[in-house]
Parts: sequence; structure tokens; C-alpha cells
Amino acid sequence: MLSIKNLHAKIDDKQIINGLNLEIGPGEVHAIMGPNGAGKSTLSYIISGRDGYEVTAGEIALQGESLLDKEADERARAGVFLAFQYPIEIPGVTNMEFMKAAHDAHRKERGEQPLDSISFMKLAREKCKEVNLDPDFLKRGVNDGFSGGEKKRNELLQMMILEPKLVILDETDSGLDIDALQVVADGVNAQRNPDRSFIVITHYQRLLDYIVPDYVHVFSKGRIVRSGGKELAKELEQTGYGWISE
Amino acid sequence: MGTTTTLTAPVAKTYDWLSALREQGLEKLATLSWPGPKTEHWLHTPISKALAELPELSAELNSETVAALGQIGGLDAIRLVFVDGRFQSDLSTGRSGYAGQLSILSQLETSAQEQLEHRLNTTFERALNKDQHIGAWQNLSLLSDGLVIRVAADSQIDKPIHVVLVATPNSRSEQQATRIICDLERGAKACLIEHQVVLPGGQGSFSNQLTEIELEEGAVLDHYRLGLEGQSAVSLSAAHCALGAHARYQGFTLALGGRCQRHDLVVHHLHGGSHCELKGLYLPCDTEHVDVHSCIEHRLPNCTSNEVFRGIMAGKSTAVFNGRIHIHQDAQKTLAELSNRNLLLSPDAEVYTKPELEIYADDVRCAHGATVAQIDELALYYMQSRGISRIDAELMLSFGFINELVEKIELEPLAQFLKPVLQSLFTRAAAAQENPS
Repeated sequence: MLSIKNLHAKIDDKQIINGLNLEIGPGEVHAIMGPNGAGKSTLSYIISGRDGYEVTAGEIALQGESLLDKEADERARAGVFLAFQYPIEIPGVTNMEFMKAAHDAHRKERGEQPLDSISFMKLAREKCKEVNLDPDFLKRGVNDGFSGGEKKRNELLQMMILEPKLVILDETDSGLDIDALQVVADGVNAQRNPDRSFIVITHYQRLLDYIVPDYVHVFSKGRIVRSGGKELAKELEQTGYGWISE
Repeated sequence: MGTTTTLTAPVAKTYDWLSALREQGLEKLATLSWPGPKTEHWLHTPISKALAELPELSAELNSETVAALGQIGGLDAIRLVFVDGRFQSDLSTGRSGYAGQLSILSQLETSAQEQLEHRLNTTFERALNKDQHIGAWQNLSLLSDGLVIRVAADSQIDKPIHVVLVATPNSRSEQQATRIICDLERGAKACLIEHQVVLPGGQGSFSNQLTEIELEEGAVLDHYRLGLEGQSAVSLSAAHCALGAHARYQGFTLALGGRCQRHDLVVHHLHGGSHCELKGLYLPCDTEHVDVHSCIEHRLPNCTSNEVFRGIMAGKSTAVFNGRIHIHQDAQKTLAELSNRNLLLSPDAEVYTKPELEIYADDVRCAHGATVAQIDELALYYMQSRGISRIDAELMLSFGFINELVEKIELEPLAQFLKPVLQSLFTRAAAAQENPS
């Protein structure tokens, strides 16, 4: 699904990714863990195509097709979805308009007509139920005044509507209490399928109790220093990240 | 000192009783000079130059074209059309039944003329800064026609009054000005829409429109000013309001910009407990210029003001916003808020914003804020990360920036009329941004 080869990237002359290699197969869930400043979030920005990050060497391909020469919106339409650690508030643009515009753009990419407003509203309302979000949130400004948990559920809602191939969850557990975490994790688990892959970025093992990964990678100084199965996360909980620098 | 621009006296003096007033206006105007770049209130608006360089155009508009101008779908209103400052009864509809409340300046009987003469000549002098409001003197000197709205105590005009103002290219050579007088007695209510329309083909024009409002105790006026005169227009407009006790003035101003567009808004809280709500948008594109100057005078206690203006500047356009709130010594317990936010869509666009608070009372609550920003890159990235193209995301964000104010327009047909107007404006601005000529 996703293939990252020898990736080097920098921002403002600061090298952040240093020779990263990562292969993610269809339907797999890969957790990326590591200390603060390891470059975990940066990786999510680089894959999704945020401006300001310069890839100096290497390759990122989704289903064999390079992402690097694509703009962020083209990558999204190719199937990349980033669930933000801090979803952006956009007062003035309603959630419904926002999601309809995104959904329309995806359909246009596939050569399909956009859904009419009523059909889309029906779809959005159904998905709201699945993530336990009051449909009234569709009428509000995008993430405007939402609580931390509501924002994360709104991210999940967008994921369900856009049906991406690759989902990156960037610290989805941050700012969530246990109940909210459970709701979000259930939502993610319901979206797991053989054609959809996940990258779960997190500091803590806790999230991985709910979203159980196939592989765990430890990230440090812009590359993977250790990989293993789900048991690696438990081990890290015991040992911390101090050993990395040794 | 400012430079002086020669003004030609109006050619046609159809309405005799106004000619004496025009002469008085000219006399007063002659004692003033048009502001130059060193006059504080006109610092960024080269009005003298704009007046001197009015495009030389002349065209006849047929009445069918004019009849189609300024139609707002679904709006059940009294429609009053003025072309080049003169009332057009054949194009106006819905006035019958309101004869006691609505009268046309040029059609007044002699006794009514005499009553009004003093009012036309002097009321707007109240605390008028002559340099700042030179447009008001020009209005008197060019006065050709107008509308008088009078609503008796505890009654109302049950339909919006939709005043359609058309300035043809002939307005260049034959300058005319209109005046609207709106007096609401105790507890009376009305809704006024001033709608300056854009001409097909974007031809150049000149207009000067002054509205004077007096609200007695408990009166309520909803006042919409739509400045859609178009890219080549030079226009001066103003609204001067005097509020009685517990009166409520709710103003919405839209200024799309023009060759040179200036709007002055003055509110006097003359008695306790009155409230004014000033909302507005200015949205110049290309090389347009728009200038909004507002001034709220709090003279007595317990009055409130809420002012919210937002501007989006595209292309090489320039906008000026000056929001002054003056709280006099006796105006204790005043609540006044002013917010002005600006969005620059291009590196060549400019905005000059200046909130001014002048407070002489010690027990008041006032807040003001002005921001100038570019479109939020993080929000753009967020939208792009959902598959929305950059250009569409910019459009949505621009529209979102002002939509909060459009959504709050209570007159639903008006909000519905404005949305596509604004959408097409941003589409044009975005296209210009993508393909700079």
C-alpha cells in the first residue's frame, strides 16, 4: 500500500527525516512510537504533503504511484487521510459544506457526479450516528468551539465519509479521556479492512490497547531504530525510550 | 492644505424649490477645499483626483434595462427608483397606500417644502466635521431629489422600503445628488434598503447619497446600505443618525468598492438607553478603492454600541476603515464594542485600519480590536488534506470570513440575494489571483 524508501527531508535547513524505510501492506496497522522530537508528526505532514517540508532524497509511493510530486489535495484524492493531532477550527465554513466539498472533490477525481445535497446530508447524518456525534455539529463551523473529543470524532467522521486507502492517526489519543478514547478507537477499528492501511502515531502504549497494531516501530532522530510486533509496545512501556541513545 | 477641485454647478434645475438650497450648498462648499493627502480623514482616499478624473462616458439606458436593475427575488417591498438623482415614478411600485409616510422631495407641496427646507439645510450640521464630511455639503450643492420617510408614533411601515439608486454615465457631466430623510416618531418601526446598483457593462458613474435618520424614543430602524455601484464608479455616501431614548438603529453596510468609494457613518446617541448595531463588509478587488469612516458619539448614559466590520482585499485594491467611538463625559455606563477584521488575499492589496476610542467618562466598558491577516495557511492545508483544491479552499475560507455577517441578515430574501453576488465576486478575485494579467 505505502512504500517509503530511504526518505530524507528537512525544514528550514534542519534535517528531520534521515533515511527512513517503511513498507506497509494492505490492511496492516503500523504503530509509530518514539520520544518527543523524533519526527513522528513531521512524517505525517510529509506523507500528506504539507508545504514547507523539503524531501531531499528518497521516495514515497502509494500503491506504486509516487506521492512526492503531488499537492496535498491530490494526495488526499489519491487516498491519503491524515487525522490531525489538533484539528483546525474554521468558523464561517460549516462542517457540512466542508465535508460536501471534500466528498465532491473525491467523486470528481473518480469521474463521478457529486451527490445531491439531500443524499449527502443523509450520508453525513448516518455517519454521525456511527461516531456518536450529534448531527447538529454538521451545521456548526468546522471544529468551531468543539471539545477535544468532539474534534477527534469529527476527524473520524471525515475519514468515514471519504473512505481513504491510507489513514494516518497523529496522536489521536492526545486530549482524550478514557471514554472518548474508547469511542474513537471503536470507530477506527470498525474502519479496518483488508484494503485500508493505518499508521498510528502515539507516545503511549495505551492507545494500542484499543487499536491493536500488526507492527510497532520505534522512531528516533528521523528514522526507525527498532521494529517488532505488538508486544514491542508493552516492552517500551516498561523500558521507556532512554535506551535509544545508548 | 488640500488641493481645490472646481465643481460645476448642476446643469438642470428642474425642481425650483431645491435650487435655493443648492446655492446655499455651493456657497458653503466654496468656503471649503476638497481634501488632499494631508487631511486626516481623507489620508488614504484621493477624492480630489477621483472627482477630477471621472471617466468621460455618455450613454442612454432604456427604461427596460433600468427596470430590471436592483431586483431582489422574493422581496415584498415598496420599490422606489432614482436615476441620476431623480425619482422615476413609472419604474417605482408599491407606493400607493403609503402617501402619508413616504414622499418624494420633488413632488412636495409648497407648505411641506417650507417645513423641510430648514431640516435639509441644517440638521446634518450637528457636530459635523466639515473636512471629514465635505461630501454632505456637496450633497446639498447638487441636491436634485430625494425621499422623505415619516412614520407616526407607534406605527410602522409594514414592508421594506427598497430605494434603488441608479447612476448612469450621464452622471459624470450632470452631477446630481439624492437625500433620504427618515424620521421615526416614538415607538415607530421601519426597514430601509438603499441599493446603489451596478450598471451593465461596468460604465463609469458618479453619485452622492446622504441619508439622515432621526429616531425618537423607542423607534427601531433596520437600515441596509448596498454599495454595488461597480468598478468604475466614484461615489460618496453617508448615513447620519440621531437616536432618542431607547431607540434602536441596526445598520448593515456592504461596500463592494469602486474607482473611489467613500462611505461615512455617523451615529449620535442623544438620549439614554439607545442602541446601535453597525455591521458591514467591504470587498474591493482589482484596483478598486473603498473607504469606510464610522463615528459613534455617546453623549448620555446607558447607551450601547456594537460595531463589526470585516474586509477582504484582493488584487491591487485598497481599503480604509476608520472606526471612532467618542464617549463624552456624561455618557456613564456606556457599553461599546468595535471589531474590525481584515483579510488580504494578495501581496499587492492594502488596508489601513484605525479604531479610535476617545473616552471621557470613567464608568464605561469599551473594547476594540482590529486585525489584518492573510488567509490562514494551516486552514488551507487542513482543507487540502481533505482533497479540496487550493483555489476552492481559498474561496471557501474567504466566503467563510464574511459569511458569519451575511448569515445574520434578518431579511432572508436579501441574504439570499447577496450570497451569489459575493460568491461571484470571490470567484473573480480567485481567478485573477491564479492568472495575473
